[in-house]
Amino acid sequence: MNASEKKGALHEIRFHGRGGQGAVSAAALLSLAAFDDGFEAQAFPKFGSERRGAPVEAYVRISNRPIRSHTQVYQPDAVIVQDSTLLRSEPVTDGLAERGLMILNAEQCPEEAGSDGRRWLCVSADRISEDLLGRPLPNTVLLGALAAATGWVKLAALEQAIGSHLQRKGEKVVEANIAALREGHRVAQQQFQQQEPAS
Amino acid sequence: MRQQLEGSQAVAEAVARCRPQVVAAYPITPQTHIIERLAQNVADGELAAEFISAESEFAAASIVLGAVAAGSRAFTASASQGLLLMTEVLFNIAGLRLPVVMVCANRAVSAPINIFSDHQDSMALRDTGWIQLYVESNQEALDTVIQAYRIAERCELPVMVCMDGFLLTHTFEPVELPEQDAVDAFLPAFRFARSLDPARPLTLGGGSEPDNYQEYRAAQHRDLLAALGEIEGANEDYAHSFGRAFGNGLLDPYRLDDAETVLLTLGSVSGAARDAVDRLRERGEPVGLLRLRCFRPFPAEALVAALAGARRIVVFEKALGVGAGGIVATELRAALHHAGWDATVGRGAMVESFVGGLGGRDVTAEIIASLFRDTAGSGMDCRFVGLNEGDDQ
Repeated sequence: MNASEKKGALHEIRFHGRGGQGAVSAAALLSLAAFDDGFEAQAFPKFGSERRGAPVEAYVRISNRPIRSHTQVYQPDAVIVQDSTLLRSEPVTDGLAERGLMILNAEQCPEEAGSDGRRWLCVSADRISEDLLGRPLPNTVLLGALAAATGWVKLAALEQAIGSHLQRKGEKVVEANIAALREGHRVAQQQFQQQEPAS
Repeated sequence: MRQQLEGSQAVAEAVARCRPQVVAAYPITPQTHIIERLAQNVADGELAAEFISAESEFAAASIVLGAVAAGSRAFTASASQGLLLMTEVLFNIAGLRLPVVMVCANRAVSAPINIFSDHQDSMALRDTGWIQLYVESNQEALDTVIQAYRIAERCELPVMVCMDGFLLTHTFEPVELPEQDAVDAFLPAFRFARSLDPARPLTLGGGSEPDNYQEYRAAQHRDLLAALGEIEGANEDYAHSFGRAFGNGLLDPYRLDDAETVLLTLGSVSGAARDAVDRLRERGEPVGLLRLRCFRPFPAEALVAALAGARRIVVFEKALGVGAGGIVATELRAALHHAGWDATVGRGAMVESFVGGLGGRDVTAEIIASLFRDTAGSGMDCRFVGLNEGDDQ
């Protein structure tokens, strides 16, 4: 029995963010895209009473089979950290697979990155989103990076998910988020080409 | 049509397909998204209903009481403190035999204040005279809302659909959305024979004296018990129309054949329990799951029959009769005792009572698997699952 069979899901992803950064929306978007790609998918958040800036977690499961369990994700295959200060306060790497993927919103990876065998990908998602969205909303940039690094969902499926999920916010918001998604995807691809091919 | 939806959206879609004429609510986490979505549907002109933002949950419940008394189909939703603030009105709705349907987005009750899920809120209202159905998934939440209107209107009794807050309300997962035509065929337009109408005056909710109050209460009890058949029937007919059933509507058994140890539980934790049962069965352990879908009316006879082969019964519930023990476990013991089971003479299984998952504590398949091995003891008291070290003194 391999790890994914044991967990009952192909891929499990955990998002760490702060209230207002869009971690909950990112998880929802990822599940919508995976569903669109033909997978079974589940996304849900864990947050306290609504407090902007407080730590938030969100979870996604992607599977070939119906997902019955509604428990939190304890052994993620990938972790997305939307605010680098969470590295100091939250156990963000807990349970992350040995060769698991860590995507961090940061200009540069911290010195200890990669010393434990995990793959680190550090993306300037605040800067990119400020340029494209007018404020630091790193979630769609980091989703683009996840798609590039893993291939678990198609970029087109994420674009479609943004289109439907953010429809009510208007065409401009949708377009800007798709641009942010694509830029995150491009930057991550570039980084991986410099390092090693994505497995 | 299969769609990836948040649980709250899925429920709102189901409610909209039931064509309520009045929706009244006051927002409270984790119920809010259901109401937001319905308000949006009304604002967009997709749902021809009167949407009323009430000034409190007491008012919201009063509004749906009045709406249904006047012959409208109505909907409300609440949770936790909000649900408890409705309490007086919920007793009235049941006593007046009004077929109101509501969703409880199950949440812990203060104090201490906690927004996460357990079943304490709806369990506290078990004696109000409402039918209570506890669902496992968003698909079941959606389907049960549609069934609930039919059950309510045929029995002239209110139905509370209980879905775990956050664990279901905030979870995106695939659901099959039924077609409007099929829902219309399953759920005919509401015709209320006792509706308030100036052209045909009648009294609803008149006073009662000691010489007849008790008869009203006895009749209410009898009719709530009689609703068991309608709940089963709605599940069966729904399966016929939509291809989905949830056990027999009252109980949902999983791998119960030749199971020696049976876990009885309610709500979304049943998903992890299914995973736990599968893992233990792979190792040859004869375990099974019995999910209690209908808690009110209490399906005592069906429970006794379903558990006939069990040697050991483990109840796991997310609510507590403070000062007494597990609520479901206590009622199950009474049902088995009444049926002639008696552990002391070896004629029946022991009922072990576990309480856990309170205030949103996560309950994994590993924790569930441990309940099949651990013992909660044979006493009346419950055992708490996964208490932090040193905090149970």
